[in-house]
Amino acid sequence: MCGIVGLLVKTPALRERLGELMVPMLIGMTERGPDSAGLAVFGQPLPESERKISLYSGLTEDGADFNWLGLGHELKAHLGVSAQVEAKGNHAVLSFSLAPEVVKRWVKEHYPRLHILSTGRSIDLYKDIGTPAEVAARYGFAGLKGSHLVGHTRMATESAVTPDRAHPFTAGEDFCLVHNGSLSNPNGIRRMLEPRGIRFETDNDTEAACRFLEWRLREGDDLEVALQKGFEELDGFYTFLMGTPDKLALIRDPFACKPAVVAETDDYVAIASEFRSLAHLPGVKHAHVFEPAPEEMYVWNA
Amino acid sequence: MERLTFDLATTSLRELNTFLHTDAREGKVEAVTVVNPDGAHNIAVGLDCPITVEVVGHAGYYAGGMNKSATITITGSAGTGVGENMMSGKVHVKGFASNGAGASAHGGLLVIEGDAGLRCGISLKGGNIVVGGSVGSFSAFMAQAGTMVICGDAGDALGDSLYEAVLYVKGSVKSLGADAQFEPMTDADIATVAGLLDKAGLDHDPKAFKRIASQRSLYHWNADANQEY
Repeated sequence: MCGIVGLLVKTPALRERLGELMVPMLIGMTERGPDSAGLAVFGQPLPESERKISLYSGLTEDGADFNWLGLGHELKAHLGVSAQVEAKGNHAVLSFSLAPEVVKRWVKEHYPRLHILSTGRSIDLYKDIGTPAEVAARYGFAGLKGSHLVGHTRMATESAVTPDRAHPFTAGEDFCLVHNGSLSNPNGIRRMLEPRGIRFETDNDTEAACRFLEWRLREGDDLEVALQKGFEELDGFYTFLMGTPDKLALIRDPFACKPAVVAETDDYVAIASEFRSLAHLPGVKHAHVFEPAPEEMYVWNA
Repeated sequence: MERLTFDLATTSLRELNTFLHTDAREGKVEAVTVVNPDGAHNIAVGLDCPITVEVVGHAGYYAGGMNKSATITITGSAGTGVGENMMSGKVHVKGFASNGAGASAHGGLLVIEGDAGLRCGISLKGGNIVVGGSVGSFSAFMAQAGTMVICGDAGDALGDSLYEAVLYVKGSVKSLGADAQFEPMTDADIATVAGLLDKAGLDHDPKAFKRIASQRSLYHWNADANQEY
């Protein structure tokens, strides 16, 4: 069992309150996913030439005492790039004007236990083990701002409880996916993707879905075509919620084995595994509440 | 008639259910209103007395499950397994219902004014279900006894491996499951549909429904069927 939440605000003024509105949604899904939590938030994109990466130091020896500013200095010394560092405990967002592959390769070589959570111009990503309330407090989720986000609370069934196996998963740039359910053919998907040079970081089944869909997008499919191929290739039980810089997308398996409910008003679209995560939202009593149908694509534009 | 209100924003669900299982059973009130249900699970489960419960808002999983004698109304939507294993009484959902509505109900009446999700009436054992909207795939799977009236459409594999339950559908059926078949409507069928629509408070022409029941070809092992049904 797991919980998924998503929130897309239509009213620009609500972008300031994105995190504050989302935290009770995430905490509402604690019973469905008490072991880990995470979220990806999409905001105003950086200029074309810039990129940012979210990093997690919880797996390094220094943990939350990791010297992020030192990392910034080393990047300057080795790569000649001035990275802007926004750090909090075991998490940092590094922004820079350089090909992200160059920076990520350097980080992997020099700090192999530093986990790269996400790459892109819009996405910031946070995930860790602990209850949703603990994780939300650890990273100050209530203060997050942006146009939309994708969140997850995990009750692990398919792989161990570790920060890197928490959701959301990312692949490529500015793409993330959360999953409630379990896939039955993740290893087949891996065997198809790995010869194409696509590398996996964990043994988690959701990572296979994430990398498959991102691969299709990178090959030129639009989101709808990629999701259609997902229906054809991904076998198992799933409700997937995905984020891109300008979209939230949701699909459910043909048997609708895993739940989802949507509440939409003039101000926002909110998605959760269960209504109890939506009950606190402003105006929800008059929202259009519905259950997404199985094997249908739901795409909302930010 | 004495009516008591429970606000689940300030009162615990356990307090509500304990009241419904003790004081309500002793006849201390005739009706209970539940406000701010906010999707909580297990609202008014296992009731065992002829009380009236109105849930104002959206209910979570298993609302009115195992109901006996009580009349439970949910003004919003209901989560998975509403009215599951009901024995008697009535559960009435004004909005939509999620998967597995009325699963394994032995008796009573479940009314869903909106759409029902997948597997509605799965393993029905004698209860009656009236759905004002459409039902999802695999509804009435292995339904053994009882009646389902579907005023909208049905998804895939309706009535798969049906026993003696009878289904009536007004709209289209995407596909029938193994061993389910359309049968002619008799006057008795029209009367059954009319009676259930009346009890549900829904206005449809009972003559516009189609009857679906079991071919009974799965009742006995057929060594020549080669697993093709």
